[in-house]
Amino acid sequence: MKQHRHFSLPGPDNITRVEMDNGITVLIYENHSAQSVVIGGSLNVGSIFEPPQQSGLASLTANALMRGTQQRDFETLFATLEDIGADLDFSGRTHKTGFSGKSLAEDFPVLLDVLADAVRRPTFPTAEVDRLKGEALTWLQYSFHHDTRYRAAKAFREALYPTNHPYHYSAFGDIETLSALHAQDLAAFHTQHYGPQGMIVVVVGNVEAEQALNVIRETLGDWQNPRQAAPPPLPSVVTPQKPTYTSVAMPRKSQADIILGVLGPERKSSDFVAASLLNSVLGQFGMMGRIGAVIREEHGMAYYAYSRIEGGYGPGAWKIIAGVAPQNVEAAIELVKSEIRRITEELVSEEDLADNQSYFTGHLPLQLESNEGIATRLLLIESYGLGLDYLINYHDVIYSITRDDLLEVARRYWGGDGYVVAIAGPSGHDS
Amino acid sequence: MVDNVTRTTLANGLTVVLREVHNAPVASSWLLYHIGSRNEPTGKTGISHWVEHMMFKGTAAFPQGALDKEIDRNGGQWNAFTSMDYTMYYETLPADRIELALRAEADRMVNAQFDPEEVERERTVIISERQDTENEPLFWLQEAVLATAFFVHGYGHEIIGDMIDLYTMTRDDLYEHYRRHYTPSNATLVIVGDFDPEAMLQLVEKHFAPIVSEEKPKLFVRPEPPQQGERRVIVERPGETAFLEFSQRAPAATDDDWFALQVLDSALTGPGGGISNKTSRLYQALVKSEIAASVTGQLLATINPYLYSIIAVLRDGRTPQEAEAVIVQEIEKLCDEGITEQELTRAKKQARAGFAYSTESMTSQAYWLARSYSLGDPDWFARYTERLQQVTLEDVQDVARRYLRPQLRTVGWLIPTGAEL
Repeated sequence: MKQHRHFSLPGPDNITRVEMDNGITVLIYENHSAQSVVIGGSLNVGSIFEPPQQSGLASLTANALMRGTQQRDFETLFATLEDIGADLDFSGRTHKTGFSGKSLAEDFPVLLDVLADAVRRPTFPTAEVDRLKGEALTWLQYSFHHDTRYRAAKAFREALYPTNHPYHYSAFGDIETLSALHAQDLAAFHTQHYGPQGMIVVVVGNVEAEQALNVIRETLGDWQNPRQAAPPPLPSVVTPQKPTYTSVAMPRKSQADIILGVLGPERKSSDFVAASLLNSVLGQFGMMGRIGAVIREEHGMAYYAYSRIEGGYGPGAWKIIAGVAPQNVEAAIELVKSEIRRITEELVSEEDLADNQSYFTGHLPLQLESNEGIATRLLLIESYGLGLDYLINYHDVIYSITRDDLLEVARRYWGGDGYVVAIAGPSGHDS
Repeated sequence: MVDNVTRTTLANGLTVVLREVHNAPVASSWLLYHIGSRNEPTGKTGISHWVEHMMFKGTAAFPQGALDKEIDRNGGQWNAFTSMDYTMYYETLPADRIELALRAEADRMVNAQFDPEEVERERTVIISERQDTENEPLFWLQEAVLATAFFVHGYGHEIIGDMIDLYTMTRDDLYEHYRRHYTPSNATLVIVGDFDPEAMLQLVEKHFAPIVSEEKPKLFVRPEPPQQGERRVIVERPGETAFLEFSQRAPAATDDDWFALQVLDSALTGPGGGISNKTSRLYQALVKSEIAASVTGQLLATINPYLYSIIAVLRDGRTPQEAEAVIVQEIEKLCDEGITEQELTRAKKQARAGFAYSTESMTSQAYWLARSYSLGDPDWFARYTERLQQVTLEDVQDVARRYLRPQLRTVGWLIPTGAEL
């Protein structure tokens, strides 16, 4: 097919990257084929700063940023955005508090003004915080009673990480801990931990970089918080030495959810790329990789069965997830275990490796198809210090991985006797 | 008309729609079959969706799993969707590899195997898919509301189908459905992306023109007779959370009234499409007042008149009755006073923004173009913003009075019966 024009990947030549004096890093990528603009980014605050008895505090604080500021009450904040068809969301996670927003290009300054207002000057009105908490509790109640995926994930997390590790707890908190939180807890958390240090702001869309940068300087350039502390170190953790089973009985459900997994590499680990390729062979490539082939295609046991590697800032899980009919739980687990044995005992075929390398590199243009897709990549690059030339070098990095590298990471992470299995569904027993 | 669009009909009846866009080195192909769950009779519910699954089970040229790998190997993505009105298959690939999509789709339009053993294996996968959705209380409520709202029309059953039909349908049922509906005269191929339309049309002809034309199938459709009074249904499920689904009859998407109702919905429950709804009337009346944890509106673009539904998730200790009373009050206010100038302006700007967001990627552009053809109006999406801009305050009050009457209402309550154990 005729190529009409040369498309260049986002890289050092066309990404504007600026480190501001107060510790905020800004990345801007102009895309003038769009009518809109997308912002994404993160603040250096998350649930790792909260004590276990206040589990959910960072998440509730993030959600409450838009419930009122010194300049705008709740109604005014949302009217400002909704009147122009713009949107802005915050989400408090374990290590970071993320944000994402979008507007028509003409309304970018309004979007940034609301972002700065929300992160710098929230007032956490008691009535609004209580209402928000009530909504969050409704969802937690609902998930607890109805969602086999939620219950399996909770049981898995609690079995894999000890109680002194922040990953033991959900960033969204539990019904008990969330119930005990109050507006003043959120205000204190904000005062102590929200600040410009380590904040990342990514802008992609129909904007001029210089103009966008001026708007960011005007709204966030003079933000300071001398109290803002660095995140605490993570305690060390190892995968259990023996198989650990945990199950949750949800008798009136039609389907059971299974998670089987171990500790995986963090995103910055030198193992991560090889592990991601192996994960793709195991439970992603084609129809959910080897796991999908055996559980769904050969045995017709499940609608979904796949593997996932979390990566992230610490030792996230590497896990296999399947939703199966209750009578198939045991058989599905055995099939998963035999596929895991296989990756630790055999080299993947040359074809498997080549297929997955081709998949990873070929997929890049699709991931960069929208402003949102580009913003997601730029945030990833900045968050993990991957370098502005990451997308340009991506092909070479992926093709530098060998079959031996895959076997090595398989043995490193899956070669021990231990793993955690969590089951939630009609056939489970109370753990 | 849509910019840069070439429309052709091949001799075998296949409609081909090509749109040249050069924002990224990508092309997206959508093959639309004009067949969906609305066309399924009792005993065959879920057949369109099951056939869609069987299309991934291989042909002689591409045995099962081969295409999954081939698409991934080429850095693409593909999937399929069965809706009430259509079945669509899509591939997005680097533009220079889009021929793979044409080869694959032309092949499985005629050569899907429907191997009996594969049919049986897929039966359990689809039953498992239905069980997965049965884990959600809202699924049971929606199924009950649909069955109550539609006595005759195929919109009255879920796309996945009734469980009994998933157990009893045979391989021959599925194959007959496939042969009858998967034919060029019942299909539209939409491709959007970085290509030269002339060269692309040649590729399309190379792969699709040899397919023998079958007569355009006569689709099974039974119009719903007029509703004669409010209908109600109650579902009881274990759990702690109550839900309300409050539905009114809605016009077809091609009707001008649909656009006025869309503006009304924007004021009543928010614009959707990833934009928040905190300034909407029902957020204020239900969520702010702490009766509900959330409220959403759903006005789907459908071929035949369907439903406009408002779904509320109740807070602990609050009842569907309370939420229903608030909704009725807000609807009466809309009928009496209409919406404000400010609400109208907001709805129109939101529509313009929503349109900009959904045209960012080739995949999404191609999807909406294909959806327009599914509705029988090629310009439906291209004229979406324009038609919304034409809506007046009087139009909104007029549709409120005509469509939101109690006689055209179906109300569903999901009553939680407490803990599971």
